[in-house]
Amino acid sequence: MPSSHIPLLGAVAYAPKVVTIWEGFKAYFAERGYAFDYILYSNYETQVEAQFKGDIAFAWNSPLAWVRADRMARARGEHVQALAMRDSDIDLHSVLVVRSDSPTQNPADLRGRTIGFGAVDSPQATLIPLDHLRHEAGLVAGHDYTARRFDVLGGKHGDHIGGERDAAQALMKGEIDAAWMIAGNHRAFAHEGTLSAGATRILASTGAFDHCNMTVSPGVDAQVARHFGEILLGMDWNDARTRPLLELEGLKAWRPGRASGYARLERAATEEGFYDEQGRITAADYRY
Amino acid sequence: MTNKAASPPPTIDIEALGFDAGAHLLVKHALATVPEGGALRVAGRSPGWQVQLSDWCRGQGHALAWEDETRTLACVTRGSAQSGRWRGAADTGRSDPRAPDAVATQASPGWGLAARGARVEAGSPDFEFRLREKRDAWTDSAADLYAQAVAAQWNADTAIDWHETPALPEVIEDAVVQVMTYMIENENAALLVPARFLGQLHPHYRELQAALAIQVADEARHIDVFTRRIRRHGREPALSTAGGQASLKSLLDEPDFSVASFLLSVLGEGSFVNLLQFLQNEGPDPLTRQICRLAARDEARHVALGMSHLLYRLAQEPDFQHRLARAVEQRHDALAGTSGLNEEVFDALILVAAGALTPTAVARGYTRVQRLMRDMADGRYAKLVRLGFAREQAERLAALHTRNFM
Repeated sequence: MPSSHIPLLGAVAYAPKVVTIWEGFKAYFAERGYAFDYILYSNYETQVEAQFKGDIAFAWNSPLAWVRADRMARARGEHVQALAMRDSDIDLHSVLVVRSDSPTQNPADLRGRTIGFGAVDSPQATLIPLDHLRHEAGLVAGHDYTARRFDVLGGKHGDHIGGERDAAQALMKGEIDAAWMIAGNHRAFAHEGTLSAGATRILASTGAFDHCNMTVSPGVDAQVARHFGEILLGMDWNDARTRPLLELEGLKAWRPGRASGYARLERAATEEGFYDEQGRITAADYRY
Repeated sequence: MTNKAASPPPTIDIEALGFDAGAHLLVKHALATVPEGGALRVAGRSPGWQVQLSDWCRGQGHALAWEDETRTLACVTRGSAQSGRWRGAADTGRSDPRAPDAVATQASPGWGLAARGARVEAGSPDFEFRLREKRDAWTDSAADLYAQAVAAQWNADTAIDWHETPALPEVIEDAVVQVMTYMIENENAALLVPARFLGQLHPHYRELQAALAIQVADEARHIDVFTRRIRRHGREPALSTAGGQASLKSLLDEPDFSVASFLLSVLGEGSFVNLLQFLQNEGPDPLTRQICRLAARDEARHVALGMSHLLYRLAQEPDFQHRLARAVEQRHDALAGTSGLNEEVFDALILVAAGALTPTAVARGYTRVQRLMRDMADGRYAKLVRLGFAREQAERLAALHTRNFM
């Protein structure tokens, strides 16, 4: 039976498989003499707040949740740590996709047109793309072009693929002129037939950015956190018993966490008015 | 550094093919030609291909670096994930049952539903197939018997002339309906017994799986044609006795495949073949005779499958003969308190063979049913001897068989 002294981990229930994942991780850790329990949250905002109430020692955070946790910690003179990341979280790119027959040759040609984005809180399909257009192409949403949001499951920070898929479908139907999606989803949508082979063209891609990380809450004992990280990083994809868990979680290997891959999202969160410097939510139409 | 290490890595050009159109296949197959830790250079020109390649490599566990600042040439280092997946994978025999070591003496639960001969990833789930010992169910004849069964399948709509049914005297038609009613409940048992084992049989033994599956299909067809014969003149099925059902239930209750095959296929269906041959010869109308001729052909194959399995098992495990003998005795004792073959069926058989309710015809019918009984007992005896029972014991066991025929 879990005692009140064992560390608790928070995760957001963006899909049913989340239960399988963390039950599996819990058992994996228990076999190695490390007891932890987990709590599922329905959204990242509540989860991050729980990190500052002392409810959870670790949080499996989206990049945007990391940005908020980091801001809240700084504002309080505290510290959060990015303990570990998946190999699949590092140096990602989002792509701006148009139909192959589109006359558009570069993002500037989209002036006056309609561009599809994902959920309002999606780092990869909304915030970083908005930032890219603003800084790389000089295009500001609502001023230079119309941003059409495909908002699915607020509070999940874009973990749900649905918004990006809806945008891809709208692009194919000609309802919008371009759509943003993370590179992996561009390929996934092609594989599943949502985007016919060769029917789309990548017009631009964002700079590299990092995705989720295992965030250590302020004040957690360093030894407890280090031990947790060591067991996590010891998970071996070549071990047939462990592999199903890693496949569910979408990684081949855990890597030490780093906070250096969030600069673009940091800037976007401020400039697009999502969080203020204290990590307070400032996005007016954000519901979760 | 050796000269070999210094040689440049192979290069492929994916040209204008995008990763939304299959480019990953070119990279994947080219990477398969370099060792783990080895490098492959990739060039392309589809818009955004660099980002897509990078994403694909990350997902596959390959490292990627760019050879130049403008990212026109990528260097992909092959990771270990793909080969790691197949570490400890299970070899599962061969697809051709005649190849050496093709069919395992014990099929692993972890081979699951994989095709025999496939390599199965470690960590695959265990399947609870109760029949996974070769000797418990196998016969080397299964593939041949399946092929024969496939070749001998018949379509009830075209193989049978449903108009060949002159109206019979009421009492004779009633008798035909009673016999068909009895045969349907027997065929229900003959369908369900293999079907239940089929669900417990490890698919590694696919030839046997196929033979049992087509046996089930045969029985379904028999049930259909017997029912259609009953309805030919607007009748409904007739009587079913408690004793008959108790006898059949004992077949469904038998948990061992070999014992069930012995009781059902060898002794029961063996007798059933005699019954069908009897009806094929003595049936009062051409339709009944046709149906029974076709069904008898199928049943003979079912007997052959049961016999060949028992011969296989007894060759591996001669002591199993005691188990078979005990099964006959136990079933006989268990059914001793029941009436066995119902009176209605026995009388109906006489009338079917008689063709009319006259002293002369009944006398003829009675004689023929008596001969049927002797033929059945002789057939059981011959099969028991073939299975290696001593003559005296074979005679005793043949006599102990249920009065319900099946």
